Amino acid sequence: MAELSDKSKAQILEILEKDSRTSAADIGIMLGIGEEEAAAQIRAMEEEGVICGYHTLVNWEKISEEKVVALIEVRVTPQRDMGFDKLAERIYQYEEVQAVYLMSGAYDFTVIIEGRSMKSVAQFVSSKLATIDGVLSTATHFILKTYKDEGMVMLEKEKDERIQVMP
Amino acid sequence: MRDPLSRQVQQLKPSGIRKFFDIVSEMPDAVSLGVGEPDFATPWPIREAGIHSLELAHTHYTSNAGLQELKTEIARYLKRRIGVSYDDRSEIFVTVGGSEAIDLALRAMLDPGDEVLIPQPSYVSYEPCTRLAGGAPVIIELQEKDEFRLTAAQIDAAATERTKILVLPFPNNPTGSVLRREDLEQIAEAVIRHDLYVISDEIYSELTYGETEHVSIASLPGMQERTVLINGFSKAYAMTGWRMGYAAAPERILKQMVKIHQYAIMCAPTTSQYAGVEAMRSGDADVARMRASYDQRRRYVLHELHDMGLPCFEPMGAFYVFPNISRFGMTSEDFATKLLYQEKVAVVPGTAFGDCGEGFIRISYAYSLENLKKALGRVRKFVEKLDGKTEA
Repeated sequence: MAELSDKSKAQILEILEKDSRTSAADIGIMLGIGEEEAAAQIRAMEEEGVICGYHTLVNWEKISEEKVVALIEVRVTPQRDMGFDKLAERIYQYEEVQAVYLMSGAYDFTVIIEGRSMKSVAQFVSSKLATIDGVLSTATHFILKTYKDEGMVMLEKEKDERIQVMP
Repeated sequence: MRDPLSRQVQQLKPSGIRKFFDIVSEMPDAVSLGVGEPDFATPWPIREAGIHSLELAHTHYTSNAGLQELKTEIARYLKRRIGVSYDDRSEIFVTVGGSEAIDLALRAMLDPGDEVLIPQPSYVSYEPCTRLAGGAPVIIELQEKDEFRLTAAQIDAAATERTKILVLPFPNNPTGSVLRREDLEQIAEAVIRHDLYVISDEIYSELTYGETEHVSIASLPGMQERTVLINGFSKAYAMTGWRMGYAAAPERILKQMVKIHQYAIMCAPTTSQYAGVEAMRSGDADVARMRASYDQRRRYVLHELHDMGLPCFEPMGAFYVFPNISRFGMTSEDFATKLLYQEKVAVVPGTAFGDCGEGFIRISYAYSLENLKKALGRVRKFVEKLDGKTEA
């Protein structure tokens, strides 16, 4: 039973990852487990923190509101007893920070920052990020264009080119 | 002036529902449930392999039977998936879609007057190709009560001394029916009893659901030597436009098929063959992903049809369901035409797949959930009107 429910959990997550608005009723039908079971599993996964939230993937370039996203490479000195985690926390507490990843390789953190202009992002990096104790250096890369995000290609919807009826 | 046309070709009856297809093509805003191909694009690694082959200027003919590399991969695939060993030099060859292989198998084996058993409802080409090859089609009508499975008793009832070939189209288009091992064992006995050969069209072999695993009749004792196995890349790897199929058969039969292919076709498209090599090498995960997705939509469509009162047995293969619409007292074509005009939904009348498809329609679930919802919502409305639940 546990194995069965693990399998359906993975399938539920795959469906929701593609379209988080798919209803528990539809998921229940598609997986043959019924609405109640689907809803219960979703609820459990929300409580366990497996499902961390439901967001909307926005193509900001399509509306006039200006928005700038930058990827910052950050090199730090890990702190005694706390390693990288404490430093990461000091970074991710800021509203402007969308994501923080600990990296292997030449630098330590990748920090994704969102701002209204290049100037405001640059200002945040120089005044807030670079001044944190333990941060050795930063390198800022602005994102110029998003082609694909969260597994979705940011283009016009493809038309169904198939012949409509065919034996 | 003399009549330019062959009598035989003129006598070949055109697809009975041509008229219906023409109406659909003039209604671009119709929502379709009528396609016969995957909604997925070919997985990128396969497309990329095709592009790469063009960059390397692999733009020439291949040998008639196809790239050796590809034939080797096909032999490995057949061993892996259906447990049958074929010699990759003399028992496998690459065709332009499974449909070419169907035509070649019939032409290579039939003499005038030889009878071919064709279970229907089934794909539209077996009967005309049999006629063009000089054979005589004998239709076996599959029954809804048998879940459209072929039975050995039906073969016994239809076979005569002139019967030479049994066409075995499973998993089936349009019904979605799948044969189980025990069905195949009895069919194989009947085939041997009547000394027949089998053309096994296994183009939907990768698309079976639940516990149902595809079993090839070629894997049963004594059957490999009697079977022309036909498969292809279209349905499993979403490669319909690449036109890639293959046949695996005893050398004696295959040699004659390749001979006709050599004169009529030369070889399958070279770019497609290189893409096909990649599909066989790395495509398993993509096939599994698409299969899981079809299965979810299959359950959804079945649930909706049952809920709106369209009885339908649970199909375990392909990507079609075949609901029974006979309770409305109209022909399949009437039903499909009215549904098209009133609710702008295109389905395929069951009669497109043989006279015994009367009373059924074929619904394809190779669509996004969003599209299925929209289309099935309209079908529901149509059915409710017919049932008098809402005002027309």
